[in-house]
Amino acid sequence: MLKRLFLALFVVTLAGPAMAAGGNVELQKRDWSFSGPFGTFDKAAMQRGFQAYREVCAGCHGMKLIAFRNFADLGYNNDEIKAIAAEYEVQDGPNDDGEMFMRPGIAADRIPSPYANDNAARASNNGALPPDLSLIAKARGNGPDYLFSLLAGYKDAPKGTTVPDGMYYNAAYPGHLIAMPQPLYGEDVTYSGDADDSIEGISSDLVQFLMWAAEPKMEVRKRIGVAAVFFLGIFVVVSYMAKRRVWADVH
Amino acid sequence: MSANQFKSPVVRWIDHRLPVFSMLHHTAHDYPTPKNLNYMWNFGSLAGLSLAIMIVTGIVLAMSYTAHVDYAFDSVERIMRDVNHGWMIRYIHMNTASFFFIVVYLHMFRGLYYGSYKAPRELLWMLGVVIFLLMMATAFMGYVLPWGQMSFWGATVITNLFSAIPYVGESIVTLLWGGFSVDNATLNRFFSLHYLMPFIIAGVVVLHIVALHRFGSNNPIGIDTKGPQDTISFHPYYTIKDVFGIAVFLLLLATAVFFFPNAMGHPDNYIPANAMQTPAHIVPEWYFLPFYAILRAVPDKLGGVLLMFGAIAVLFILPWLDRSPVRSARFRPLFRIFFWLFFVNAIALGYLGGKPAEGIYVILSRVATAWYFLHFLAILPLLSMFETTKPLPKSISEPVLGSSGRAA
Repeated sequence: MLKRLFLALFVVTLAGPAMAAGGNVELQKRDWSFSGPFGTFDKAAMQRGFQAYREVCAGCHGMKLIAFRNFADLGYNNDEIKAIAAEYEVQDGPNDDGEMFMRPGIAADRIPSPYANDNAARASNNGALPPDLSLIAKARGNGPDYLFSLLAGYKDAPKGTTVPDGMYYNAAYPGHLIAMPQPLYGEDVTYSGDADDSIEGISSDLVQFLMWAAEPKMEVRKRIGVAAVFFLGIFVVVSYMAKRRVWADVH
Repeated sequence: MSANQFKSPVVRWIDHRLPVFSMLHHTAHDYPTPKNLNYMWNFGSLAGLSLAIMIVTGIVLAMSYTAHVDYAFDSVERIMRDVNHGWMIRYIHMNTASFFFIVVYLHMFRGLYYGSYKAPRELLWMLGVVIFLLMMATAFMGYVLPWGQMSFWGATVITNLFSAIPYVGESIVTLLWGGFSVDNATLNRFFSLHYLMPFIIAGVVVLHIVALHRFGSNNPIGIDTKGPQDTISFHPYYTIKDVFGIAVFLLLLATAVFFFPNAMGHPDNYIPANAMQTPAHIVPEWYFLPFYAILRAVPDKLGGVLLMFGAIAVLFILPWLDRSPVRSARFRPLFRIFFWLFFVNAIALGYLGGKPAEGIYVILSRVATAWYFLHFLAILPLLSMFETTKPLPKSISEPVLGSSGRAA
């Protein structure tokens, strides 16, 4: 039996590396609180990450899949969520006169994107399109490590590499030439309390926030998973004993 | 089998008028099964379970999915975020698709090793190959539905293959697309067919089982059952053994669903489809990789397509390529060596299919592709002529009582 299980696992593990196509870049491996079967998100870090997103990233990057009501996961209560939503202007309508109008956000609204459409986004960014960040942590191989390495990966180009105008050198980006200027220099965000506001500190907070945004059901998924695996483990043992019992008169 | 064997009067009353209970009793209880089946015979029931899981989760997903290029991606994310336990239903559907292929591949290798395709089970085997083909079509179209980057570009690459067919190729591609590029019409017809085909598979599975029950299961020794001393009733012996297999299967599936739900997927499919931007490497789902490697091994497009479909067509005629009267590899020392070479070669093709088509990978793909066809078209026919097989036991009960009677 075991031999067959290993065989199945062999097939699965073989497929893994085949899937992880990517450039030859060095990723900084970090221990994330959400890794592993019991990993959870760090709520304080996610709140700081949202603050950093809003103050640093949101000028160019939307997160259109995230609604303000989802921020309950970050540890905000209803009043805080309403207050955060109200700080945004959201387009609504048409009203009775057939006009679109702006109003303060409510908890059910999604985070408004910075540009009306992709063309407007390209027009403001030298032709480059800043991707929506809702799923970015799942849309890149080794997402969390990649995002961290990218944010902390801006360096002077090595000798012999010419960096064209409007491009920047990044050690973690596939091909190393990225259109996004260095977003973090340290102390970009004024955290309340004494949280780490170095490039690494803010990057790490952003990764917590973005991983949650990409996989908001991760904690409940793992919780159910532990129960399911425990239950099925017992089922395996019981069904094996039943099988032995039934087959006792054949052998 | 008479109806009076049932205890409940209600069951007796119904069975007298509608003999469903007799039929079930006949197929599951009386059905004599070789007593020496090993755990490799568990994968048939696991494949059936996988199909059932796919149909149930798929029907639920379809309730919240929108087959439109502007909404498909977001509707899937809606399922992941806002539908109650939608993330679980979708991850079960995604991962069971992969497990379905793992189980079916093991089921097929079992058939290859123990000669389950040989007379009188040729049609049983061929129906299995039909199921495998239908599964590949269904899985391919299902992967298109989330309308991510790999969905779109996978659909573009695979549908374009048909354009290699002389004269009618372009028309076939237009028909598949429902237009002149992979677009909304394509997504709509793929959704329609993706919903339809599992039920066709279920129909062929019924035929597969009818054909199976005609002569019963093959067995690890590969000789026919000679009488009641060689068989046991399917229920309870194999039902309980299948339940144990199902428990192990579900444990592994749950581990994947709850802890590594995206391990067998591709990150690019979380990027919405974009016709203007080609991904760096377009790779199909892992279960297509061996055939993808064969496709790319040939420098000519039509040749590649023919060889890829030929790789499956050759399975259809396998019962007539391997003419050795001995079924089980246990009594065919040379065949056994070549079987394992074939197995390693198939894994290698899968590995190569996931690598970029350049340099050493192309050369290795060609060697592996050549070996794949050589195995079926040359080695198996030659082995059936020249191999000296070991003497077969007289009956199943003889070796069973002789050796494993004490071991177990």
